[in-house]
Amino acid sequence: MTNERINEPMLELFIFETTQLVEQLEQILITTEKNASFTTEQINEIFRIMHTIKGSSAMMLFNNIAALAHALEDLFFFLREEKPQGVNFSEIIDLVFNGLDFINVELLKLTNGDEVDGEASRLIEQLHGYLLSLKGDQLVQENLQSESDSFIPQQFYISKSKQSGIEGQFENAFQATIYFEENCGMENLRAFGVVNELEGQLEEFYHLPQNIEDDESIPEILTEGFRLFIKTNHSDEEVRDLLQQTMFLKELTLKGIDDLETAFCPFRNELTPTELRGGNSLNSLMTLDQAERDPTKGKPAASAQNHQSIINVSVAKLDKLMDLVGEMVIAEAMVTQNPDLKGLDLQNFQKAARQLNKITTELQDIVMSVRMVPLAGTFQKMNRTVRDMCKKLNKEVSLKLIGEETEVDKNIIEHIADPLMHLIRNSIDHGIEEPHIREAKGKSRSGTIVLEAKNAGSDVLVSIRDDGQGFNKEKILAKAFKHNLLPPNFEELSNKEIYQLIFLPGFSTNESVTEFSGRGVGMDVVSSNISAVGGSVTADSIPEEGATITLKIPLTLAIIDGMTVKVGNARYTIPTISVKESFKPKLSDIIVDPDQREMLMVRGHCYPVLRLHQFYRVKTEIIELIKGMIVMVEQEGKTLCLFVDELVGQQQVVVKALPTYIKTLKEIPGLAGCTLLGDGSISLILDIPGLISY
Amino acid sequence: MVAEIDQEFLEEEDTQKGKFLTFLLGNEFYGIEIKFVTEIIGFQPITEVPDLPDYIKGIINLRGKIIPVMDVRLRFRKPFREYNDRTCVIVVDVLEVSVGLIVDSVSEVISISKGEIVDPPNLGKGGSGYIKGIGKVGSEVKLLLDCDKLLNEKDLESLENM
Repeated sequence: MTNERINEPMLELFIFETTQLVEQLEQILITTEKNASFTTEQINEIFRIMHTIKGSSAMMLFNNIAALAHALEDLFFFLREEKPQGVNFSEIIDLVFNGLDFINVELLKLTNGDEVDGEASRLIEQLHGYLLSLKGDQLVQENLQSESDSFIPQQFYISKSKQSGIEGQFENAFQATIYFEENCGMENLRAFGVVNELEGQLEEFYHLPQNIEDDESIPEILTEGFRLFIKTNHSDEEVRDLLQQTMFLKELTLKGIDDLETAFCPFRNELTPTELRGGNSLNSLMTLDQAERDPTKGKPAASAQNHQSIINVSVAKLDKLMDLVGEMVIAEAMVTQNPDLKGLDLQNFQKAARQLNKITTELQDIVMSVRMVPLAGTFQKMNRTVRDMCKKLNKEVSLKLIGEETEVDKNIIEHIADPLMHLIRNSIDHGIEEPHIREAKGKSRSGTIVLEAKNAGSDVLVSIRDDGQGFNKEKILAKAFKHNLLPPNFEELSNKEIYQLIFLPGFSTNESVTEFSGRGVGMDVVSSNISAVGGSVTADSIPEEGATITLKIPLTLAIIDGMTVKVGNARYTIPTISVKESFKPKLSDIIVDPDQREMLMVRGHCYPVLRLHQFYRVKTEIIELIKGMIVMVEQEGKTLCLFVDELVGQQQVVVKALPTYIKTLKEIPGLAGCTLLGDGSISLILDIPGLISY
Repeated sequence: MVAEIDQEFLEEEDTQKGKFLTFLLGNEFYGIEIKFVTEIIGFQPITEVPDLPDYIKGIINLRGKIIPVMDVRLRFRKPFREYNDRTCVIVVDVLEVSVGLIVDSVSEVISISKGEIVDPPNLGKGGSGYIKGIGKVGSEVKLLLDCDKLLNEKDLESLENM
């Protein structure tokens, strides 16, 4: 079933992890965009994700991805540390989304086994440019403010005095001036190293210049030295020893401060207003910083615990497990219904056999449920689509998700992501009106799209409902007429049947072709993708109130409902979804044309007959049509009558692929795979679309 | 690459080196390297798959795994012989492709040292090349099969015939 490439485990893990991180990041961005602001937590989270991506891609030698992630990381580092005001959020988010798109494309290439050759330099330049412009803004602001205040408002301070409260209770106060060796480079980082070193050792200290995170502080450090104002209980000697350890230290002067007030007042004056102004954000920053340093505390640890209860297993392993369980069920039947037991009265054996049966059934259910994945991931990706579309088309749409916890088989999820995206795009493009038109119609300015999933028997219904203008019946009919898609009896079509026309190939109702939809492939791709997984699409609409498109998809691809038929000694399974009816043909209904092609007349319509025994050259005794059975199958409007010996029964079967050896040897027409029947024998699954078009 | 690693790995495993599983096909003994052999099963009902060369008899269910089976007699253009209870299916696994080989009967696993293996005589144009070497064991000779070639080289002639 799975044709997944066998990647190197490292690569596989990288792809898996990075994809998850990117998805996570997209979610964060969507929420931030809604709130139009970043919280400190979110910035930290984004920063962390970018950092991880950078690290792992650099390790895997995907330098382009690493460089891009690095640039993004820089941007968020700046945001985190500097908290610039008045930043254009949508601009940042656009930049990040562009970056994510790039990473996604590269990941796709990796999964397909292609070379990772994308060029990220343009994006990176963009990011750098943006970061520079941000920094520029920052500088202007700083200059403005420093006019009114002689001290630089941006500060870096580390204070342990908060806990101790009253200041001045320390025994000593010093001023230290440090000069670094010439040409040691990155003086600001050296200074930062000093600060890090002192932190934890000294009770309270401030430093000048304060913005040592910034390269711009370098000249000041060079000319005036790096100055520290220290309050401590340690003695002169101890402090000197501590500072002497500084790397690249050229000169150190340490003197006591007598007049505490004058020396420390600039810092104090600065501190108090900041704490009042932005106390909350500052505090949250501090706590998060601590949490980051100490991974055993705070939020990161909590999320790590969440991860522990979930493990990732490759689908191939699950398939194997399912095979084994299926085999066990057969083996169980072989034991409990063994012919050797016939006629024996074995009460205890029967009891034990029933117990075994109960357990195997349960096991089978569990294995099936393991393959089920909630739709939430796919649904949430649609947020991104909606966002992009709204931006491009200047429309306002909010997306509501209902029932995202509904579970479907992993394989199905892969198949419905694209159709869903097409449908959402179509709804926004064709359905939802421009804000001013909506207002004129008396609707709310912003449109709503509801994406809903629910279980219905062995199917899942996914509906996309918008409150836009709905389908235009006349337009659809006119368009269908233009493209020769109208059936002859079009006057009798019901509304629903008319709406169904939009799923025909080559149909597109929008007058102008837009970037997103209207190439006339969208809806038709949707319908064929969905029927490829054995589902169906229906459309409904109320004019001016909106349209609803409903996808009916089976829960799983691994199990299908099949009708098993017998031809000679061979068994074939026909997917029940394609079966229209089965019957014994009457002699009077059989027509043979001059080319010896057989046809069947059923209720006034003539359908071609395909003799399976001839088609597959199977020996059978039943060669007269009236002695066998006809199974009428239909796919995409085309009908075919399959002639078989007899019907065996209808049951759910587990689909298995034909062995690779046979597949590489020859492509066999009309075979979709094979399956194991209850008695352990193999039945071949017919590929109805393949047979009809053969 | 996988093959190389396998090779290395297997060369370390002395137990498998130089050992061959021998089986009977008509009057000749054949041998295949033991490293390719997954298991030997008794003959079991085969599901026919249409439109395949006649030497591919169909598919069987091996504990939930579906594998094709090849009648080695037919593959070597020997006359078909009815299957009986001596008939065995040797399941071989070459580069992740599993195939069952139907043989008249399986005899034993023997060690043949490199020195005892000689190249097959060049019989001119008629050779199919499925024989990699000829092993001498006592007075008998065993024809050593090239498994890789047997499975992966397409039999052009029979494909054209169809």
